[in-house]
Amino acid sequence: MTVQTAPTGVPADQTKTQELSFFGAVRANMRDYGLLLALILIMVFFQYFTAGVLFKPVNLTNIILQNSYIIVMALGMLLVIVAGHIDLSVGSVSGFVGALAAMLMVGWRFPPELAFLANPIVAGIICLIVGAAIGAAQGYLIAYHRIPSFIVTLAGMLIFKGLSLAILAGKSVGPFPAEFQLLSAGFIPDVIGPTTLVAASEGVQPLILHTTTMVIAIVAVVATVFFAIRTRARRKARGYDVEPFSLFVVKNLVIAALVLFFAYMLASYRGLPNVLVVMGILIAFFVFLTKRMTFGRRIYALGGNLKAAALSGIKTERTTFYIFAIMGALAALAGMIYAARLNSATPKAGQGLELDVIAAVFIGGASALGGVGAVAGAVIGAFIMGVMNNGMSIMGVNIDWQQMIKGVVLLAAVFFDLYNKNRSA
Amino acid sequence: MSNTILEMRSITKTFPGVKALSDVNLDVREGEIHAICGENGAGKSTLMKVLSGVYPHGTYEGQIFYKGEEQQFRSIRDSEHKGIVIIHQELALVPLLSIAENIFLGNEQASNGVIDWDETRDGARKLLSMVGLSEDPDTLVTNIGVGKQQLVEIAKALSKQVQLLILDEPTASLSEKDSQALLDLLMEFRKQGITSIIISHKLNEISRIADRVTVIRDGRTIETMENEEITEDRIITSMVGRSLDDRYPNREPKIGETILEVKNWSVYHPQHRDRQVIKNVDITLRKGEVVGIAGLMGSGRTEFAMSLFGKSWGQKITGEVFMHGKKIDTGTVGRAIRHGIAYATEDRKTFGLNLIDHIKNNTTIANLPGVSRWGVIDDLAELDVANDYRKKTNIRSSSVYQTVGNLSGGNQQKVVLSKWLYANPDVLILDEPTRGIDVGAKYEIYTIINQLAAQGKAILVISSEMPELLGITDRLYVMNEGRIVGEMPTSEASQEKIMRSIVRAEGKAS
Repeated sequence: MTVQTAPTGVPADQTKTQELSFFGAVRANMRDYGLLLALILIMVFFQYFTAGVLFKPVNLTNIILQNSYIIVMALGMLLVIVAGHIDLSVGSVSGFVGALAAMLMVGWRFPPELAFLANPIVAGIICLIVGAAIGAAQGYLIAYHRIPSFIVTLAGMLIFKGLSLAILAGKSVGPFPAEFQLLSAGFIPDVIGPTTLVAASEGVQPLILHTTTMVIAIVAVVATVFFAIRTRARRKARGYDVEPFSLFVVKNLVIAALVLFFAYMLASYRGLPNVLVVMGILIAFFVFLTKRMTFGRRIYALGGNLKAAALSGIKTERTTFYIFAIMGALAALAGMIYAARLNSATPKAGQGLELDVIAAVFIGGASALGGVGAVAGAVIGAFIMGVMNNGMSIMGVNIDWQQMIKGVVLLAAVFFDLYNKNRSA
Repeated sequence: MSNTILEMRSITKTFPGVKALSDVNLDVREGEIHAICGENGAGKSTLMKVLSGVYPHGTYEGQIFYKGEEQQFRSIRDSEHKGIVIIHQELALVPLLSIAENIFLGNEQASNGVIDWDETRDGARKLLSMVGLSEDPDTLVTNIGVGKQQLVEIAKALSKQVQLLILDEPTASLSEKDSQALLDLLMEFRKQGITSIIISHKLNEISRIADRVTVIRDGRTIETMENEEITEDRIITSMVGRSLDDRYPNREPKIGETILEVKNWSVYHPQHRDRQVIKNVDITLRKGEVVGIAGLMGSGRTEFAMSLFGKSWGQKITGEVFMHGKKIDTGTVGRAIRHGIAYATEDRKTFGLNLIDHIKNNTTIANLPGVSRWGVIDDLAELDVANDYRKKTNIRSSSVYQTVGNLSGGNQQKVVLSKWLYANPDVLILDEPTRGIDVGAKYEIYTIINQLAAQGKAILVISSEMPELLGITDRLYVMNEGRIVGEMPTSEASQEKIMRSIVRAEGKAS
C-alpha cells in the first residue's frame, strides 16, 4: 500500500512539461496500438495463406457484412461489461427480433387497417422498440431488484430462444421485402457517378471506382485530421502534455492511409455497404458517448467502484437500467441485420452469437471486473474474430479446428493483457 | 534479551521508476517490541514484505539474517516456516468461514486430506484463550467485530509457532478499548519471549509499549531509538525531517450565521428493523465553523452522517434538515449534493474512490455538470479543474493521469477531498479525514480544513482521535449509542471531559 510512485520531494506543479519522447509515447500507448497491430498482422497472415483472397474487394466487403451484427452488439456489450455486468441474452433476443420482423413483414396477415405494420420502416421501428423494451425489462430486474445480470440474462436467453421458435412455429419465414433486404445487402447509391480508372478492353479487367464512397472517405479523413490538429493545438495552448509531433504525424498518416486503402477497396467493388454506414455512425457515437459524455463517464465510475459512484451522487440504478435498454435496442438492430442478410428468419438465428460478442469485447481489452474497456478495442476485437473466421474458412480449415483456434486466441489475448498490466504495475 | 534475532542489512528494493527502499538497516532483539515508524510511502510495508518473502529473494538487494543465519525467503511459506508471521493492515480472513476454520486455513488439522473437526475446534479454543478471546470457534468471522477479527489473526499466527510477529497498523481500525487489549496482549507475548515488530501511526501507543523504535523516511533508515529516548516529539521530528512545533495549524475562527440544522434525526438499522441506531439527534452548524463529533467506535457517528447524506445508510429515517433556514430534502445523494452537502467517507477505498481510474476522473465525478454542457464533457476544462485541485490540495503524483490506486493513503485522501471541494458544498462532512495517513499529510489536511472554514463553509469532522478533534475544531458534540450526550466549545473541552460525558450517558442508559 505504501509504494509512492512519485518521490515525496517532487513539487505538485509539474504538469507543464515538454513533449514526451517518440518511443516513450509509443510504449505508453502500446496497449492501444498493440491490438490494431495484431489485427493488421492477422490480416497479412491470412492474405498470404489465402493466396491473396482476403484482401479482394469482394471479400473485404463480405467481412464487413458478416461481422456487422457482432459489432453492433459489441458496442452495447462494452457498456454492459464496463458497468460490471454481462448480457447472455443478446443472441436469443436478436434471433427473436429477427423472427418478429419476419412475422410483421411477411408472416402475419394483417387486416387492411393494420397493414401499415408490415411496412418495413414501421416494422423496423417496432422491432427496435421491442428490443429496447426487452433490454429495459431485464435491466429493471438487474438494477432495481439486484438480481445478478448473469442469471437474469441467462433466463432471458432461454425465454427468447423459446419465443422465436414459438412465433415462427418452428419454420423459416422469408423472403423479406426488397426494401428490408437493403439493410444488409444494399450499397449506398453513387450519386456522383462512377469514375473509370481502367476502361474495359480486351484482356484487361476494368477498374471502375464508386466515386461517392471515395469522396465520403476523403471527407472523413480530412475531418478527422482537422479535429486531431485542433485538439492538439488547444491542449498545447493550455500548456498540457501532447504526444510528440513525429508520432502525431505518423499516427494520423497511418490511420488516414488505412481508411483510404479500405475505402478504395470497397469503392472498386460496389461502394459503401449500407450496413457499414449504420455501423460507422453507431461506432462514432459510442466512442463519443464513452469518452466525452457524462453518461459514459458514469458507466466507468460505477463499474470501477459501485459504492463510491453511488456516494458521489450517480444514479447507479438508473444508469444500469439504461445500459441494458440500449443493449436491447442494439440486439434488435443486429437481429434485423442478420435476418436481412439471410433473407429469412430461422428459429436458430442468433443462437450462440452472445459468445462471439462477449469474446470480442474481452479481446478488445475490457475487464471482467468492470470499469475498464474501450469501444475501439471492442470493434477491433470483433474484427479480429471476424477476419479469423473468414480467413480460416477460405483456407478450408475445418469448423472444429476453427473453434479451437478462436478459443486459444481469446485466451491468449486476455492473458497478454493481464501479463502486461502486471508487469507495468 | 540482548540477542539479535533479526538483522536486515542494506536492503534496497526498486520498483519500476521508484526506489522504495535504499540501504535500509534494521536489527531486532530477541523478545522485544520493536516499532517501525514513518510517513505513508516511507517504505515500512515494503520492508516487511521483503522480510516475509512477499518479495522473494533476488528481487531486492541486501541480506537478511535471522537467528544468526542468512535467509533467502522465496515465499511467505518459507518465512512462516521459520516462525516469522506477518499480519497485514487489511485482514486476511475469510468472512464466511468460522473462526476455527480461519485459524487453521492452509494449515488444516487433517490426516490424508480429511479434516479432524474435533482437533480443529479444540486447537482453536486453546489458541483463542491465549489471545483472550471468548468466542465459540464455530462463529463465522463476519459476525464478530474488527477488534476480535484482529485477535483471530493473532491466534492464527500463534498456530504457526510464531517467534517473530509482525503487525502492520494493527490498531488503525480498532476502538480505544480493543487497541488497549491488543497492546496488552503484545506485552504479554513479550513476557513469553515472542518478538514483535509493530508498524503504527499511533505514536502514543508506540511510546507506551515499544522497547525500541526505528524510523524510516523516504526509503532510508533515519535512526533507531532506545527505550529511554523514545518520545512522541522525537519520533515526529525524525519522521518528517523537521520538527513540527505544532501538530495543528493555528485557527482564527470567524463564525457566522447558522447554515445547517438537523432536527430530531432518527434512523433504524438496515437489517434489524427494530434496532434504533440514531436517536433524536439535533445538531447545528454555522458558517465558518469546524465542528467535531467525538465518540467511541460504534457510537453511530458514521451512521448518522451517511443517513443524512442521501439516506445512504439505514431505514425508517425521520427528522428534518434545514439549510439556510429552509427545509430541504436530502433523500438521495444527488439531492444532498445539490443542496450543498458533501460527505467524505471514512473508508476511501471502498466508498470514496474508483481506484482503477486516474486522479482527473475521480476529481470531477461528483460534479460532472460543472465541466459539461448537454451531457458532453469539455475535456480541457476538466483537465484544468483536475490540475487546479491537484495543486490546491498538494497531491503528489506525476500527473492527474496517475491511477488513484497507486497513490499513498494521504494522497488518496487528498483526491477524495478534491472531489468534494469541486462539488462546492456549503457543508462538508469529513469522516475520519486523517485515518491511516502520515503526520505530514495530516497537517496539510488540517490546513485545507482551515481554509475551507475561512471561506465560509461549515465543516463537520468525525474522528476517533480526540487530540485531533481538540486541535482543529471550534465546537464539539459527543455522541454515544446514537445520542448526542454532550456539547461544548472546544476551548472548554478536554479528553477527560469528553470521556466523562460518555460515561455519564452510559450510566444513565443502564
